Amino acid sequence: MDTVKQLRDKIAVGQTKSTDAVKAVFDHIEKHESTIGAYISLYKEQALEQAGKIDEKIAAGRPVGPLAGVPIAIKDNMCTTFGATTCGSKILENFHAPYNAHIVEKLNAANAIIIGKCNLDEFAMGSSTENSGLKKTVNPWDTDRVPGGSSGGSAAAVAARLCCGALGSDTGGSIRQPASFCGVVGLKPTYGRVSRYGLVAYGSSLDQIGPLTQDVTDTALLLNTIAGHDQRDSTSVPETMAPVPDYLEQLETPVKGLKIATVPHLNKGADASVQKALQDALEVYKSLGAEIIEIDMPHFDYAISAYYVIATAEASSNLARFDGVHYGYRSQNANDYIEVYSKSRDEAFGQEVKRRIMLGTYALSSGYYDAYYLKALKVRNLIRSDFTKAFEQADCLMMPVSPTTAFKIGEKTDDPLQMYLADIYTIAVNLAGVPGISIPCGFDEKNLPIGLQIISAPFSEDKLLRIARMHEKQTDWHTKKPNI
Amino acid sequence: MAELEYKIIVGLEIHVHLATRTKMFCGCELAYGDMANTHVCPVCLGMPGTLPVMNKQALEFSILTGLALNCQIASFTKWDRKSYYYPDLPKNYQISQYDLPFSEHGYIEIPTEDGGTKKIRILRAHLEEDAGKNIHTLGNFSAVDLNRAGTPLLEIVTEPDMNSPDEVGALARELQRIVRFLGVSEADMQKGHMRFEPNVNLHITRNGEVFKTPISEVKNLNSFRAIERSIAYEVARQLHEFKETGKTLQMGNKSTYGWDDDKQMTVLQREKEEAHDYRYFPDPDLVPVEIDDAWLGEIKARLCELPIQMQQRFTKDYGLSDYDASVLTADRATAEFFNATVKQGADAKRVCNLLTQTGLKLANEKGTTVDQLGITPENLAKLAQMANAGDVSATAATAIFEEMAAAAGNPMQIAEAKNLIQKSDAGEIEALVDAVLAENTEAVQDAKTNPKKAKKAIGFLMGQVIQKSKGRANPKIVSQLMNQKLTS
Ligand SMILES: [Zn+2]
Repeated sequence: MDTVKQLRDKIAVGQTKSTDAVKAVFDHIEKHESTIGAYISLYKEQALEQAGKIDEKIAAGRPVGPLAGVPIAIKDNMCTTFGATTCGSKILENFHAPYNAHIVEKLNAANAIIIGKCNLDEFAMGSSTENSGLKKTVNPWDTDRVPGGSSGGSAAAVAARLCCGALGSDTGGSIRQPASFCGVVGLKPTYGRVSRYGLVAYGSSLDQIGPLTQDVTDTALLLNTIAGHDQRDSTSVPETMAPVPDYLEQLETPVKGLKIATVPHLNKGADASVQKALQDALEVYKSLGAEIIEIDMPHFDYAISAYYVIATAEASSNLARFDGVHYGYRSQNANDYIEVYSKSRDEAFGQEVKRRIMLGTYALSSGYYDAYYLKALKVRNLIRSDFTKAFEQADCLMMPVSPTTAFKIGEKTDDPLQMYLADIYTIAVNLAGVPGISIPCGFDEKNLPIGLQIISAPFSEDKLLRIARMHEKQTDWHTKKPNI
Repeated sequence: MAELEYKIIVGLEIHVHLATRTKMFCGCELAYGDMANTHVCPVCLGMPGTLPVMNKQALEFSILTGLALNCQIASFTKWDRKSYYYPDLPKNYQISQYDLPFSEHGYIEIPTEDGGTKKIRILRAHLEEDAGKNIHTLGNFSAVDLNRAGTPLLEIVTEPDMNSPDEVGALARELQRIVRFLGVSEADMQKGHMRFEPNVNLHITRNGEVFKTPISEVKNLNSFRAIERSIAYEVARQLHEFKETGKTLQMGNKSTYGWDDDKQMTVLQREKEEAHDYRYFPDPDLVPVEIDDAWLGEIKARLCELPIQMQQRFTKDYGLSDYDASVLTADRATAEFFNATVKQGADAKRVCNLLTQTGLKLANEKGTTVDQLGITPENLAKLAQMANAGDVSATAATAIFEEMAAAAGNPMQIAEAKNLIQKSDAGEIEALVDAVLAENTEAVQDAKTNPKKAKKAIGFLMGQVIQKSKGRANPKIVSQLMNQKLTS
């Protein structure tokens, strides 16, 4: 399977037909999807029809968009006028949105072909995709293991080449961690860089949409398509304040005098293989002339606690509308309207979603608000200032994405707290709103991929991608494919 | 038992629908009375994935009202989510303002019976989105109409400074007049543009000791009459209850009542104010708003003289009755039109009569305001001068006013064209008077000799002269001549 860029270039010059590319990807899906389980829904007919039109346009010499004819997958928490938008939840199994998410409009305008919608942890709550209420997704590198989450379907689809590239959403690591587990590239852009309009909210102040791709170039290409201001999202940042550059333009240019910060005390919590891969990556940068400095992020350790208060508080409110009256599954066992609420929610929400709604509701309740929610906001500010200080000293931070590689399916489901703690490296990035990327940087002794996380200052995605590309050019980790 | 001495204590929560072009957080037009669910979009339906965008006009309207209510305007304000589950609330949370409302600490001046004013303190005013409406009239199921959902709603909370049903009514009317003057709300009670929730209790003095009765909150009143009557009813009910039970105000024994307009009584809805936990927190989908001096200055420039100040000026400067002044200041268009006309040098009382008796009637018939009738203040001033000078009769002035509204034009030309100029030529009128006196000897006799019938007879004779002149004889001159001749 070609990368997005390779395929796009071939289609644009008529070397490959989009129709053939779409057919090929669906042939591949038919062979492997039953094993991988990356998709909640697929749209073959619609995809072929769109591909046919692109081919006609190109044959006629008419101009086409920058992703013309390329098969792309999106996470199933992004609204589309076609098919359902389930969020991996029984409660929204039959929800058909009457409008397209901003990023869907952007993909359409770029003439990309959306071939399917990927599995996820229910409402993006989870780190393994095991919380999906609709489907099981496995890791293409070892089908006994989880793909990570919550964008596990998107990551598995890219890793198993069941699409060219995909979009996911990241609230506490939900793009970067599955990218790391599946050996692909995953970027969480700066909060406000990509419009959230049409993304079913989990933690509104943390959610951000980003690409999962086979390499850094594709991430730059997809980011070119989806980044930018959208007046329908008040938190999307105006381009007068933060212009959107062409992320491909300078991609091949290494960052001169690159200064990398690491946080030694944090890295110690990771598995030896993960620590080793990080060291190897740093060596690569050193060989390119980068300077490595060690810094402290004093409030990093409080990130998980703050995150699970803020994200769940927001979620408890965001998910209130799924009540069987306004949206979602309606219980047939209710005797009055209060029971319509309680029974519908009880019967259709999964365990983890209920747990987080309860946590969040508690944190916002009178008498607890100051002790939990307000305190969490203060911690968030401290973490933000940790990052600000770090970026005064260095161009970027490097650290693991996850303390481990992909774990076994069912291994952690009985211990949600253990699962939460594994988000230690990714969560602070969302709290601070800064961009972070995971790129492949090695394998452990079980041949499971390891990701390197690079974090940079707000709205410096161009630099972040260039730094990532420097490593990619020197290594071949991103070219490794799982044996499926 | 001797009659108890008591003081009525009332505070008000008022909800005002703002007359913005679109809803608070989406692009839907505001709608009243249209078919259910025809003014909705994914955003005001609270569809998963949608996001709110603040309507700047709604905030500006609110700030303008806050300024008119002498409130302090915050330089930083934000949006909060207020959570509760209800079918008419699409997201199961309402976007509102909690701890940082855009304005606080003001006052409103209300007219008092003695022609003075009283200041009622405003605790705060904040902006929020309205909910939809549940409909229970369709049989054995309920339906929800979300046309109203997302309508910008200004909530104003007063301190408990009102001490009679009349004062509460006066505040409600005054606020209606203010928001209409400012052009921020149509404030049409029938359409539910204003809703009132009084909190009522009594401070009863018995044997030198003051007892406070439990507070009643009467929900959702939407007529001035209902406000006044429900408070009067609550006063009587609380007094009775105190005499019977001696119950006094304790923490948390505030009860909620509704108003039954058919039975003219309040009806208990909730005994104890349930400990509502709305779980307020800042809405992460919206950014806080900074109101800087430049912006505030722009809004301040849109403030106008307030109706009560105008009303007082009209009575003081022009000697109008308080009633006339209040009619003129009921809406800004009339008040400003009156102002502009009087500035042309016309007699205020004459202009007032023309406007209140003819102008408002015409405007009402045409569904418009007096300034939109096609009459300029200059021409109305001329008409007033003509009427005052006796060039036209009061009846003719009305006819000319109507003609000016129908076809525009100069009142003098209309008067001439329609032959409405009064005859003030004494010789011409004298001939008519003589003729009438000659033709009606019996009436002349009565007028001269029968004190019982004299007044009526003179009136009859006057009428005959006016009729003979086809309504154009100046009644003053007719009267003078008539008197001379009958007494001579
Ligand atoms: Zn709407």
